[in-house]
Amino acid sequence: MHELSLLLALAEQVQAEAQRHGAIRVLAVELRIGSLAGVDADALAFAFPLAMAGTAAADARLHITWLPAIARCRRCGHRFGVAGGVGPCPRCHRHGADLLQGRDLHLHSLTLDP
Amino acid sequence: MCSDGDRRGGALKGGSGLRTLTLQRSLLAHNQTLAADLRRRFAALSLPVVNLLASPGAGKTALLEALARRCGGEGVAVIVGDLATDLDARRLRQAGLTAVALTTGQACHLDAAMVQRGLEHLDLGSLQLLVIENVGNLVCPAAFDLGEGRRLVLLSVTEGEDKPLKYPALFQSADLVAISKSDLAAAAGFDAALARQHLQQVAPQAAVVSVSARTGEGMAALAAALGLSADRGR
Ligand SMILES: Nc1nc2c(ncn2[C@@H]2O[C@H](COP(=O)(O)OP(=O)(O)OP(=O)(O)O)[C@@H](O)[C@H]2O)c(=O)[nH]1
Ligand SMILES: [Mg+2]
Ligand SMILES: [Zn+2]
Repeated sequence: MHELSLLLALAEQVQAEAQRHGAIRVLAVELRIGSLAGVDADALAFAFPLAMAGTAAADARLHITWLPAIARCRRCGHRFGVAGGVGPCPRCHRHGADLLQGRDLHLHSLTLDP
Repeated sequence: MCSDGDRRGGALKGGSGLRTLTLQRSLLAHNQTLAADLRRRFAALSLPVVNLLASPGAGKTALLEALARRCGGEGVAVIVGDLATDLDARRLRQAGLTAVALTTGQACHLDAAMVQRGLEHLDLGSLQLLVIENVGNLVCPAAFDLGEGRRLVLLSVTEGEDKPLKYPALFQSADLVAISKSDLAAAAGFDAALARQHLQQVAPQAAVVSVSARTGEGMAALAAALGLSADRGR
């Protein structure tokens, strides 16, 4: 898995934002991650301090908000929750739904000091 | 994913010395920017670019060798990601293709920056097709746009019919799925109809072909789908 490489990219973004806004420290980093994004919570938690070492976020707390996967039926427009693969629509039973949410890998917010 | 750049500044709020900066930016923003640059560059040359993805040993390199045997390797280049060796690149060159090896070390996927480095070794203007053979992996490469025009995903008959259900993200991103090693289907007890049903469920957008690099079955259809003709370069 590539949690560490994702977090190294995150560290660059976080460091750039801290500098741009004149913050000395970043106290918290909030990520929003889709349940189908293919990243593992434990691996993220483990790699986070390693990736942030030497940046303004070296001591930051990591918050992860997990976003459930949601698909919309192309046929009837019904929205439904998805676990694993996108299966048939529970309302009209047809295949072919688009994933609206679930692969997200977002840096949502930073808490800056000052 | 949100595009980067549009919300560069972010929204700041807070008193008491602490501020919350809301960014809503993709962690992959940098890769997406580079991939968009690559895509523009390929489009300016009208160069078709295929990202070839599959599990380790599914037959990615063998398929490209077979294509080269069928169509000749002229005008076709491959950028190949390999963890520790340049064995695949050597096989591809042996088959008459132009090949650039990206030794990825521990990386589990190729990213747009690696492809950009690989391009330094190619004369893109002389090419009719560029294939990027990704690192063998059904999970990580799915998230990384390489600026390709199309994604070709292999499902080898020895892996089982259930892989599209177990690794939906990759199959959902496919434009074309090739069921590979079809010569081994009987020996592996592979149920082709079931595999196609699973692909239809997970990846209804993808065209599906059945191919064997060994016997050449389906190679004509695949070559045509990739825009190569059998007598090209002869
Ligand atoms: N019978 C049969 N064997 C095949 C076919 N395609 C590939 N193989 C064999 O499968 C093995 C793996 O093939 P490769 O082409 O190296 O697979 P790959 O996907 O490029 O592997 P990595 O790059 O290491 O992930 C080799 O032993 C090939 O000879 C096929 O169509 N039929
Ligand atoms: Mg290979
Ligand atoms: Zn429906």
